[in-house]
Amino acid sequence: MRIGVVTFPGSLDDRDAQRAVRFADAEPVALWHGDHDLQGVDAVVLPGGFSYGDYLRCGAIAARSAIMTEVIAAAEQGMPILGICNGFQMLTESHLLPGGLIRNEAGSFVCRDQLLRVESTSTTWTSGFSAGEEIIIPLKNGEGGYIADAVTIERLEGEGRVVFRYLGYNPNGSMNDIAGISNERGNVVGLMPHPEHAIEPGFGPDTADAMRSGVDGLRLFRSALESALAH
Amino acid sequence: MPTIVVEVMPKAELLDPQGKAVAGALARLGSSTFSSVRIGKRFELTFDGPVDDAVLAEVKDIAETLLSNAVIEDVVGIHADAL
Repeated sequence: MRIGVVTFPGSLDDRDAQRAVRFADAEPVALWHGDHDLQGVDAVVLPGGFSYGDYLRCGAIAARSAIMTEVIAAAEQGMPILGICNGFQMLTESHLLPGGLIRNEAGSFVCRDQLLRVESTSTTWTSGFSAGEEIIIPLKNGEGGYIADAVTIERLEGEGRVVFRYLGYNPNGSMNDIAGISNERGNVVGLMPHPEHAIEPGFGPDTADAMRSGVDGLRLFRSALESALAH
Repeated sequence: MPTIVVEVMPKAELLDPQGKAVAGALARLGSSTFSSVRIGKRFELTFDGPVDDAVLAEVKDIAETLLSNAVIEDVVGIHADAL
């Protein structure tokens, strides 16, 4: 399986995401924001960072780039798309996911190993988890407060489209402690925490077992691979 | 050259952490006159030619689709500003 990772001006975690794809035994493909070409990949990751310096609104300018025209068209055809942090912001800005992300309630940048609950295993990116499973994924953002109108929140909750929820501590003031959501079909998932930083023992988040031992993030990428193999 | 000004504010019902931080600073400076501060954005679009309905319609479209995100912000003003 070939998974594309798009690099935008100001992307930071594109190489980490490529590495996570490789660790999941898929083939990473570097994609460029200015191209109208997905190079025949089977899935796309929109990585974290500060595209265009967060000018205008986080992810707003990147969401209107050449490659996003192709990503939006592919997503509508069912291609698995994962947006991480700035990538999640791009997915809301491009209307592939509802709602928006605003500055953290506390006003400060937050960086921590974050406990999450996997609320939905019916997406392409979470099929390898068990429902209700608790995982630890690093989180680092300044504008990660998820907001949407009451009707949208009710719909997301009712349709089981809240994919990840913050546990123990809500780091950014997100409504309903929402850390990640999916589209109706379950092929498009966006989340603020960074699964690509929890893929290799020694370099992941701290867990109860040992320092830096967390590898829960790897299973998002494995889930996409296994979903592809099953079809 | 004519300039069209677009003003965008965070939605009234949403918390504005930037405004809250400035309000906190005002209080620390001893000002008790103002109960809250909200911070928005001002865009200045300059072009060559007359300000007519077509240009204003184009700006309105740009303001609603690119300059603001209706989920979190409102366009509160569009007006021509001759410089």
